[in-house]
Amino acid sequence: MADVRTTEEKLTRDEMAQLVARDIPAGAFVNLGIGQPTNVSNFLTADQGVTLHTENGMLGMGPVATGEDIDEDLINAGKIPVTELPGAAYFHHADSFAMMRGGHLDVCVLGAFQISQAGDLANWHTGAEGAIPAVGGAMDLAIGAKETWVMMSLFTKTGESKLVETLSYPVTGLGCVSRIYTEVAIFELRDAKVLVRSVHGISFDQLQAKVPVELTWA
Amino acid sequence: MAPRIATSAADAVAEITDGSTVLIGGFGNAGQPMELIDALLDCGAKDLTVVNNNAGQADAGLALLIKERRVKKIICSFPRQSDSWHFDAAYRAGEIELELVPQGNLAERIRAAGAGIGGFFTPTGYGTLLAEGKETRVIDGRGYVLETPIHADFALIKALKADTFGNLVYRKTARNFGPIMATAAKAAIVQVDEVVEVGSIDPEHVITPGIYVDTVVALGGEK
Repeated sequence: MADVRTTEEKLTRDEMAQLVARDIPAGAFVNLGIGQPTNVSNFLTADQGVTLHTENGMLGMGPVATGEDIDEDLINAGKIPVTELPGAAYFHHADSFAMMRGGHLDVCVLGAFQISQAGDLANWHTGAEGAIPAVGGAMDLAIGAKETWVMMSLFTKTGESKLVETLSYPVTGLGCVSRIYTEVAIFELRDAKVLVRSVHGISFDQLQAKVPVELTWA
Repeated sequence: MAPRIATSAADAVAEITDGSTVLIGGFGNAGQPMELIDALLDCGAKDLTVVNNNAGQADAGLALLIKERRVKKIICSFPRQSDSWHFDAAYRAGEIELELVPQGNLAERIRAAGAGIGGFFTPTGYGTLLAEGKETRVIDGRGYVLETPIHADFALIKALKADTFGNLVYRKTARNFGPIMATAAKAAIVQVDEVVEVGSIDPEHVITPGIYVDTVVALGGEK
């Protein structure tokens, strides 16, 4: 499916996660954000040898813990009990974020409210009146990994494109996103261009009509 | 000097007074020193500035300190959670001040305090609301924000065990902020499951050297 440029049906969430998983290079160190990106781990194969990082101080994170494996001292960034894989390592918070900020992670996958054509990311705050802001590790992750990929639905509930010319939501990181996986298209942001790698359940022209930035086939 | 071995959680936190800045370890509930926080609640200290990744969960630990309006200011990265109702209420009532800090900057500001660093330029937050009013600089074509250390009067930390020299080992992801917080406070107060004799922790396994630890209290543990 990864090589297909068009499909008649939109991608399901699992198909999106599967495509992201297939694109992660073998042996990579990866941080998966909370929400949709977490699902990517279900499609990584043992052969890929990918090591998962969790911001709260662990490399080598295994699947979600169940039953007797649940340990309150072993949780992921979403505060869900997880397991450790052979070769796992624990470290304190400053080391964990130095790992991100220092460019040691190969890929991080995040959710988003909006992305600009320049790769600016908004995913931490809607800016809504009365909303209590919370940022967590979003800003560190966005600018820290060698590659920042986003998984999101391309359109809001009211049909507006989340891929925009300039952000209207508060910025998380500037110029950091290089790839966007959505249910209708996969985009690559390169050399100040928005490239379309594939379209799903929509034609290129229909997509261009709905997205307010200039698109080019990859 | 070897740390003081406190007789109880109440004894361990007895020196914390009104207006103190207190670093509290933990990411969610993992590594949160619940018994020390309960003792702080009982000791009555108020107008506290608290530094923690979160702003309390449900009806335990830090959440109760906030519920009782003992925290005048919180410095954290992720206050809003599904079960942060005590913080939400205090914040909406204008009864707690919030300084929101990206998580990596929070950790590095604490580390800087412990390492005697007066400030550092970080790319995290550049160009965002959380860098407004802060000095910025472009270094080798990349934007950075000047962040300053977070010093504290006390740190409340949970570790797995200590020896009588105060050397600490932690457990899994409960380590989180503990090692850096221990370095950044004038007095680091640590609750552990057990205190063991000097020499029984392999020096290669010590995560926090005892130089950073001022008070230890053994509270037993299930594990």
